[in-house]
Amino acid sequence: MAASHPSGPRDASHGPGAPATAAGDALRATGAAVRDADPGDAVAGVAPRWVASPASTEEVAALMRVSAGYDLAVVPVGGGTKQAWGDPPQRCDLVVGTSSLVLGGGSAVEHSCGDLVARVSAGLPFDVLQSALAASGQELALDGPVPGGTVGGMLATAAAGPRRLRYGTARDLLIGITVVLADGTVARSGGKVVKNVAGYDLGKLFTGSYGTLGIITEAVFRLHPVPPARRWVTTALPAPAAAGESATGFPVGPGALATALAASQAEPSAVELDWLAPSGAPALSVLVEGTAAGDRAETVRGLVGSGRATGVRAEAVRDLAGGGDGPAPGGRVEAVPETAVTRQAPGWWGAPPGEVLLELRIPPSGVDRALSAVAGRGLPARVRGSLASAVLQIALPGEVGAAAFAAFVSGVRADVAPLGGRLTVLAAPAELARLAGRWGPVAALPLMRRVKERFDPGRRMSPGRMAGGL
Amino acid sequence: MTETLDELARRLAGVLPPGAVITDPVRLRTYECDGLTHHRAVPGIVVLPGSAEQIAAVVKLCGEYGVPFVARGAGTGLSGGALPRTDGVLVVTSKMRRILQIDLANRRAVVEPGVSNLAITEAVREHGYYYAPDPSSQQVCTIGGNVAENSGGAHCLKYGFTVNHVLALEIVTPDGDIVTLDADDPGYDLLGAFVGSEGTLGITTKVTVRLSRTPESVTTLLAAFRDIEQGGQAVSAIIGGGIVPAAIEMMDALAIEAAEAAVACAYPEGAGAVLIVELDGPAAEVAHQFAEVERVCRAVGAFELRTAAGPEERAAIWKGRKSAFAAVGRISPAYIVQDGVVPRTALPEVLAGIDRLSAEHGIRVANVFHAGDGNLHPLVLFDDAEPGAGERAEAVSGRILDLCIEHGGSITGEHGVGVDKSRYMPKMFTDDDLDTMQLVRCAFDPRGLSNPGKVFPTPRLCGEVPGVRRGVHPLVESGRAEQF
Ligand SMILES: Cc1cc2nc3c(=O)[nH]c(=O)nc-3n(C[C@H](O)[C@H](O)[C@H](O)COP(=O)(O)OP(=O)(O)OC[C@H]3O[C@@H](n4cnc5c(N)ncnc54)[C@H](O)[C@@H]3O)c2cc1C
Repeated sequence: MAASHPSGPRDASHGPGAPATAAGDALRATGAAVRDADPGDAVAGVAPRWVASPASTEEVAALMRVSAGYDLAVVPVGGGTKQAWGDPPQRCDLVVGTSSLVLGGGSAVEHSCGDLVARVSAGLPFDVLQSALAASGQELALDGPVPGGTVGGMLATAAAGPRRLRYGTARDLLIGITVVLADGTVARSGGKVVKNVAGYDLGKLFTGSYGTLGIITEAVFRLHPVPPARRWVTTALPAPAAAGESATGFPVGPGALATALAASQAEPSAVELDWLAPSGAPALSVLVEGTAAGDRAETVRGLVGSGRATGVRAEAVRDLAGGGDGPAPGGRVEAVPETAVTRQAPGWWGAPPGEVLLELRIPPSGVDRALSAVAGRGLPARVRGSLASAVLQIALPGEVGAAAFAAFVSGVRADVAPLGGRLTVLAAPAELARLAGRWGPVAALPLMRRVKERFDPGRRMSPGRMAGGL
Repeated sequence: MTETLDELARRLAGVLPPGAVITDPVRLRTYECDGLTHHRAVPGIVVLPGSAEQIAAVVKLCGEYGVPFVARGAGTGLSGGALPRTDGVLVVTSKMRRILQIDLANRRAVVEPGVSNLAITEAVREHGYYYAPDPSSQQVCTIGGNVAENSGGAHCLKYGFTVNHVLALEIVTPDGDIVTLDADDPGYDLLGAFVGSEGTLGITTKVTVRLSRTPESVTTLLAAFRDIEQGGQAVSAIIGGGIVPAAIEMMDALAIEAAEAAVACAYPEGAGAVLIVELDGPAAEVAHQFAEVERVCRAVGAFELRTAAGPEERAAIWKGRKSAFAAVGRISPAYIVQDGVVPRTALPEVLAGIDRLSAEHGIRVANVFHAGDGNLHPLVLFDDAEPGAGERAEAVSGRILDLCIEHGGSITGEHGVGVDKSRYMPKMFTDDDLDTMQLVRCAFDPRGLSNPGKVFPTPRLCGEVPGVRRGVHPLVESGRAEQF
């Protein structure tokens, strides 16, 4: 491994605290683009000294060897869209930006169309990748939640969107990965074929690693053909009553309806919720993809119709029509049928419901009770996400205040724990998250800690960003 | 038995129920190999634990004595993964066959590791559900073995492998701790990393699997072609046309001949290749795709098409394919089952390469493969009575893997590395790749007691974690930086 050829002095006279210029010079000497950081480069409020924009895996490796020699803490950054995800790094000397990374041949995507496989540079924005693939009628069957988010960032945060119900998440479509470890070692696992069980799957390990194990520089994905047709079946369910209507307060349980849809043979690709707690009318939207999508959407419409109660409040109808978070422009209420089949997604589809985000995961049968637990806190929380997969995001107003935020988090955590659910703070400024605790209990944390110790014994890779201070 | 094993056996008897520790040489011998029968070793001790706690106690005792242990399910593995250690303990899960929970509302089931793959589907079929990964060995192989091998099946092109259908695992770590790995946990996807680790990171004691809804409609089609090139063109055209069939399997002339001899599957006379295409899903979609597949097959020259009208006819179409491995026993005294993967577009070239190898070495090769994902199962035929034939067959089999690697593929798509292919790992991976994988091993199993000698070519010592900083960072200590 690379550890045996240090590229910088690591003895007492040059170790931590050596003149910053020496480390800076050594970083520049790698040939990678390196500049002094400015205040805008801070990662979750932590200011680095340098920012590097390497163009290749080899340059990343060279930077990492120098960082090892000078004991620099390194934080990889993609599009910078998810800096409030995870705890702030405990230290940060060097930011390694991935957006200039390219593959060997100089491009950022190598698309093997006939094999339905693409090798991709980690710094490539997800939406750019999708448009490149769309030209050949193919796609990476994931949803990029935040515009500008990169492939590497999506893997590192294990972010996924509505179609997880059908296709799984990034880890399910990732078939190969290239990473650079803290000491500069370049390692690959998997390959370019969709079926492969040779060796450990490092790609899985790096999924959700928040930059704490190393830097992802390349990924290989299995692709799917773009479905010939898509339909969204969208409906508004009656708002929850104060009490008494049912155990959960919902006249029609969104979770119960989603479970019925997921169990139907219409095979929806996604069943999504958009709801403003505590008393808004939940909107539910179902995606059907593939040939005969139109016919199948009618089947779904029938299922939704038989599952829901009549009587939709005007406010919900407006939400449906406008598809936005606020009131429709001019307060105009459009006449939308109770359950609409459209060729376009509702405006809220797949978009994060706010800036300050929690993530709720629960066995599907517990969804309705979890939603009423959210309502029970009384805050105006917007809940959005995958009902059938039971992974929901909850947005709280930014001005909520640390104490109320913490009370909400611990209250909902306590309510969902007996249902087998867990609530994590996905994205929040450090001041808010500190009191609440981002992660909640993680059973496998001792094993994760041992993995971290082996991969990054010096704790130099995004230290502290992940659960357990890893 | 050595003194250490003697003493260990006595201690094991103290933590396990009566009869769960086997030391009788005759009974030990029944465990000497898995499905790869030319690797054999009589285990030092066999234990038949009945619970996770008992497995944890066994593993702890092994740790105390520094004795290696190997987990074993049904022993159907084809890479020697469950090959025992003569100086170790074989932990057999055959007493752990309970389905603990079927939770249809949440579309999942919780099972013990010794439950057979098919038993899960059988338990939920009447409710309209099934467990999707379907290795051909599904009647016998265990879910614990499936997890260890990340097993696939004929339908994994559309539905994925074991790793895509496991929601949580309870494992006993090589330290003897019982730990749950859950797909919903934040942080490193340890669940994903454990699946496919071939028993080298610990022993699975409980598996939560996803249950899938039985599709509304299933159509199975058999297409006969003059030669394998035509069949390959059909596969490319189907997939290039945007269809992802549930399964798309191909057999060449020799494989058909064998299947015909063994099970009289009555495939079309004169076929140089047959393709089995199965489509499933919503009826409207399947009908549409079926018409397209039929059109494509005819366009590239299929001379006969058969469509299964019901479950019996479907079974008849699959019969030849499913019996193919055993069937070659009818046309050859001995054979090697190979498992390699190539990018689908490289199939024609690689098949031609296999033909050349076969001619050069005078060794017949029957080809059966999961065409949709480029997973080849060449059956290398030889006569073990003929001097030197075994060696030539081995050579051909190995060269086929070289071909896969040269074309950017893999040395195994589903049978695993085990002891059989560990020597090929350095051809597919660099030392740095393998050393990095070894870091994972060292995190889970620093003493290397869990199924040692499998997967990786050269066992390495893990050593202490170098320079782990457990306290505050020196910069913080010296007041030159602030901790956040
Ligand atoms: C006729 C035939 C057809 C086959 N078809 C397919 C196929 O279509 N697809 C496919 O993928 N495979 C196939 N296989 C291979 C084999 O059936 C699979 O690898 C299967 O998953 C092995 O399960 P098992 O219970 O027999 O495991 P074993 O052979 O007993 O063990 C396999 C590996 O798993 C480990 N292991 C077993 N149980 C545990 C546990 N509880 N915890 C940790 N490690 C454990 C063992 O140490 C070993 O490394 C086939 C085999 C045969 C003989």
